[in-house]
Amino acid sequence: MSNPLPTPSVGSLNSVVASASVGIVTPQIIHFREPLLLACGRTLQNYQLVYETYGVLNVNHSNAVLICHALSGHHHAAGFHSATDKRPGWWDAYIGPGKPIDTNKFFVVSLNNIGGCHGSTGPTSINPETGKVWGPDFPKLRVRDWVATQARLADALGVNTWAAVIGGSLGGMQAMRWALEYPARVRHCVVIASALKLSAQNIAFNETARQAIMSDPNFKEGRYLELNTLPRDGLAVARMIGHITYLSDFAMGEKFGRDLRKGSFDLGSDAPVEFQIESYLRHQGDTFANSFDANSYLLITKALDYFDLAREYGDDAVAAFKLAQAKFLVISFTTDWRFAPERSHEIVNALIGANKAVTYAEIESQFGHDAFLLPDQRYQQVFARYLNGVSESCV
Amino acid sequence: MRIDLNEIQHWIKQDSCILDLGCGDGTLLKFLIDTKQVKGYGLEIDSEQINLCIDKGLNVIEQNLDRGLGNFADNSFDTVLMTQALQTLHFPHKVLEEMLRVGKECIVTFPNFGHWKARYYLATRGRMPVSDLLPYEWYNTPNIHFCTFNDFEVLCREMKIKVIHREVVNEVSGQFLKDVMPNLFGETAIYHLSK
Repeated sequence: MSNPLPTPSVGSLNSVVASASVGIVTPQIIHFREPLLLACGRTLQNYQLVYETYGVLNVNHSNAVLICHALSGHHHAAGFHSATDKRPGWWDAYIGPGKPIDTNKFFVVSLNNIGGCHGSTGPTSINPETGKVWGPDFPKLRVRDWVATQARLADALGVNTWAAVIGGSLGGMQAMRWALEYPARVRHCVVIASALKLSAQNIAFNETARQAIMSDPNFKEGRYLELNTLPRDGLAVARMIGHITYLSDFAMGEKFGRDLRKGSFDLGSDAPVEFQIESYLRHQGDTFANSFDANSYLLITKALDYFDLAREYGDDAVAAFKLAQAKFLVISFTTDWRFAPERSHEIVNALIGANKAVTYAEIESQFGHDAFLLPDQRYQQVFARYLNGVSESCV
Repeated sequence: MRIDLNEIQHWIKQDSCILDLGCGDGTLLKFLIDTKQVKGYGLEIDSEQINLCIDKGLNVIEQNLDRGLGNFADNSFDTVLMTQALQTLHFPHKVLEEMLRVGKECIVTFPNFGHWKARYYLATRGRMPVSDLLPYEWYNTPNIHFCTFNDFEVLCREMKIKVIHREVVNEVSGQFLKDVMPNLFGETAIYHLSK
């Protein structure tokens, strides 16, 4: 029997966090001319995907890993776009040389899903049939449509089987759908802070966000681009609502408390008071409103709401997972109330019921749903050690 | 490998389905996978132990046994194992009941608090026993529900649990005496149980 590996010290883990970046990366665009029949029954005649890759595909094409992004994510998951780029990709803490998704070992593929607004075909693209922007006429999408386009991207990149399909939140839903739709093409499925389906509370938050967008006078029934305007205020409020639910009460209290950005409570003072949290949320909302498309937001939140892994399997998640051939790693975070640990328990229990290989870790974190994006020692350990095993099987 | 783990393998069938409660670093589960080609899961709450299980490529689930096994179906495993964890539980009898519901058979191992060293320590010093086998002080011990072999026998009778096999193993000393007077000279008990 093998002896357990020595435990990495805290020091070495911190150095993992600070270790090298994948450096400067250039997004690539790939066009697909073969029509895609969507779950809604409509057909996308052609489309493009923007994606990035990190690391090198090995000779046997067995070390490829797919990253599936969440609601507001995109293809730029790691590294920088230029030497002056201030912020790295959205999952840079976890993708790179020596990091859990180790680009010295894996060929990592990260794309922007269709229906998004960062370069892949979506509501801001031109509808070839009309010559105008798609806007609200862009077909409604389901998670399975994204998975279908990701499979075509895999074909184009020469990846027959993914060593792992990895995703957090909505990305985890894509990873699970992969395991059911293309069982032979997924060796490991990593599902982080996700769920078999959204709860009523989750749908309620999404609907409130959508109503904020649609009630903006500049929304113009989704035809704002044709009319040269943007529903910025509505989109900003939508993002603020989302942002509140991604943080924990504790995290917000720690970061902002009741600190004031300006004004004062002094008697006799008429200065308008602004709390730090108000300013922060407005800033988040405004930044998002300038970089995200409102129709994409509506479309993607709808895809989230409709997702129900087991619906077509008689509402039986055990029956659904029986189709999977992948091994699973499931991770949740203790203070995540948007995708609570209980949702991950449902995934794990269904996998056990289906006799599938599964490892589950519940990470103690104070940062709510956002924890899946943030550096955390234990999360990194679990993730890195699991993927180390995956890389050893990449022959 | 710990001596109780070595004994357990004789009661595990080839290709059977195993649930290991409090699986630690996964040594036993890995051994049973390698030698008996079993399939199974380990439950553990200690993060460092979970890491070591992941290194071994095991199916390890972070789950607190004190919250029960409600997520496992009746008779869904051939054998449910629990080695040296019984005495750490808040409600050992309830977990035992759950084990017998989920597994067709169960194997439980635990340290004997009736061992002569513990008795001698308490009798002569008037203080809670601390030994090489049980190296904790009363205030920091994870072992909150100690029992003797005789206590466990009584519990099995009360719960109408069938004892298929019982074995006493000693790591340190008393290899002969343990068979004569197990409750006084036995260090570790291994029980093979069924409904």
